[in-house]
Amino acid sequence: MKGSLIILSFFAGGLLLGMYKLLPDELLQNDYSLYALYVLMFLVGIGIGSNKKSLQVIKSVNFKILLVPLSVITGTYIGVSVFSLIQNNLSLIESLAVGSGFGYYSLSSVLITEVSGEELGVIALLSNISREIITLLLTPLFARYFGKLAPISSGGATAMDTTLPIITKYIGSDYAIISVFSGVVLTILVPFLIAIIL
Amino acid sequence: MIPVLILMTAGIAIGWILHKKEKILKASSVLTNWAIYILLFLLGLSVGTNDQILNNFDKIGLQAIVITIFAVMGSILVSWLTYILFFKKDER
Repeated sequence: MKGSLIILSFFAGGLLLGMYKLLPDELLQNDYSLYALYVLMFLVGIGIGSNKKSLQVIKSVNFKILLVPLSVITGTYIGVSVFSLIQNNLSLIESLAVGSGFGYYSLSSVLITEVSGEELGVIALLSNISREIITLLLTPLFARYFGKLAPISSGGATAMDTTLPIITKYIGSDYAIISVFSGVVLTILVPFLIAIIL
Repeated sequence: MIPVLILMTAGIAIGWILHKKEKILKASSVLTNWAIYILLFLLGLSVGTNDQILNNFDKIGLQAIVITIFAVMGSILVSWLTYILFFKKDER
């Protein structure tokens, strides 16, 4: 949660400086974000490759456990497709791209901004932050009425770290490895799925 | 988008090789955070200078929340089915 607040305050800081034109035009006109994105993606890769959880995950692969992230992806895509049908602002492709963040808001928002512009990037940021917050708040309810996989699937990519403590508290620690597995798989897939969709 | 995926895949391979070099990994995780901070700062900056987004911020925010509700509901329902079909019977 602390991490999310720091990230949001950087976003808010940029927003305010932009709104009140507090920065020299030169900085505003040059787009450095592509280079920062390249650096970020390389570093994210290092983080995934060296993560002890990732190693653990590979050892625990079996058919049943693979169904969990698969259900999250299928269900999310069904949900956002229905959403794209009931309104005219976001197309199916745009809705699928936003859904493909699976709660990994920092990465999905900057990737989507780079391809589709700031408006969709902001939607991805707010939507995927909401996914994390909804999971933190509603896990007890989800676990009670929709089975033990529900909080894991609501958490999406965050089920491996930020929402893991609350998830295991309500569905039991025997599901912790499934939660981490699903979160790791989705985290790795986020950039690939966004690239394929957009 | 292709360079992004190549860089990430290369990073995964290098991270795998370096997974015991705690100091390098620590530095890389600090740098990762700063790259995220810079990128979201830049996103904020370009949103802050984009009047079209600023004037529609309430609409954009509402869309973001509604699409999330659909995404979460869809994924919960499909994994509920998966739970009933494949997981529930193994318990107790």
